[in-house]
Amino acid sequence: MANETQTMTQTMTVSIWRENGDDGRFEKYEVPARENQTVLDVVAYVQQHIDPTLSYRFACRVGMCGSCAMMVNGSPRWTCRTHVSKVVANDQLEVAPLRNLPVIKDLATDMDPFFEKWVAAEAVFHPSKTRHDPMAAITPDDPMRIAASEAIECINCAVCYAACDVVESNPDYFGPAALNRSWSLVNDIRDDGQDVRLAAVGSNGGCHNCHSQQGCVQYCPNELNPTLSIAGLKRETTKALFRRSR
Amino acid sequence: MIRPHRTHPLWFAFLLHRLSGLGLALFLPIHFYMLSLAISAPARLDGFLRFTDLTIVKLAEYGLVFLLAAHLFGGLRLMALEFLPWSPHQKTMAALAVAFAFLVSTLFFLKAI
Ligand code: SF4
Ligand code: SF4
Ligand code: FES
Repeated sequence: MANETQTMTQTMTVSIWRENGDDGRFEKYEVPARENQTVLDVVAYVQQHIDPTLSYRFACRVGMCGSCAMMVNGSPRWTCRTHVSKVVANDQLEVAPLRNLPVIKDLATDMDPFFEKWVAAEAVFHPSKTRHDPMAAITPDDPMRIAASEAIECINCAVCYAACDVVESNPDYFGPAALNRSWSLVNDIRDDGQDVRLAAVGSNGGCHNCHSQQGCVQYCPNELNPTLSIAGLKRETTKALFRRSR
Repeated sequence: MIRPHRTHPLWFAFLLHRLSGLGLALFLPIHFYMLSLAISAPARLDGFLRFTDLTIVKLAEYGLVFLLAAHLFGGLRLMALEFLPWSPHQKTMAALAVAFAFLVSTLFFLKAI
């Protein structure tokens, strides 16, 4: 700690959202302005050295677990992999809880609505076989396998959910992450729930709400493309409509 | 103020599409009313058509044609996005839609003046 203060040549101010069952407000903290630090480092510094009551969430610190997402200067980011130098604007750094989700305390949001929508969007595997059946043979160059692969690296961080304006304006909308997962299952030949899935993604909260603004694509830290997945769901639900009316 | 998470080209493409749509929704009823004057009150229509010779009105028409073309090409872009295989050139397509809208409306304007 003593060493830390000595090497602390320069400082910067960070505004952090504080909320605890009240309306909430930004509070300012002086933190070391290190050349190499992530937004999560800054938040951790405040909690460890200035105010231990600050609540936030993280686990892996290497971009695997998806628990550290916050609004940084107004945009959703995975804070453990976001360098302060890349996002600081006019020497300002503002950290707030993820948009479009209820706040539990300070920077920690309640992720329940986010995951409930995964279930509502039938982003759930419906097995067609038992453990006693032989394994399904899927070759890596199978077009459906390739389509599924494009959508599977999601870490459930809800960055896309916070970036999406439709989620903001329509609380029923499942959002990009849930629909992206549904799309990877539409391309899974082992899955036996395609009819219920297409009905779910075509329902009121489903894919047809998407305005294709691609905020989700813009911010997804794993460079996934939920808009592509949602466009696929739009096509499949439209095709299903014709199949049914025949 | 545009909120920070929205400052990317495809959000602006969305904004243009929405505003041009609203602009056209406001314009079309007036447009059809004016056309109906040809049957119900030709003299009033002639009076109005003289008014459209004013440069300021021509400029406004330029704007309207731009909105119409932007909505048309932007709409084609969205339909391609949803119904054709995905293209990685989304921003280029949005820029092209605006460029075509600009081209069409400017040609219209140059013919009108
Ligand atoms: S493309 Fe669709 S899902 Fe993605 S941010 Fe826009 S409206 Fe939301
Ligand atoms: S799609 Fe991307 S932004 Fe959305 S939850 Fe998954 S990893 Fe996060
Ligand atoms: S802490 Fe795990 S992704 Fe950031």
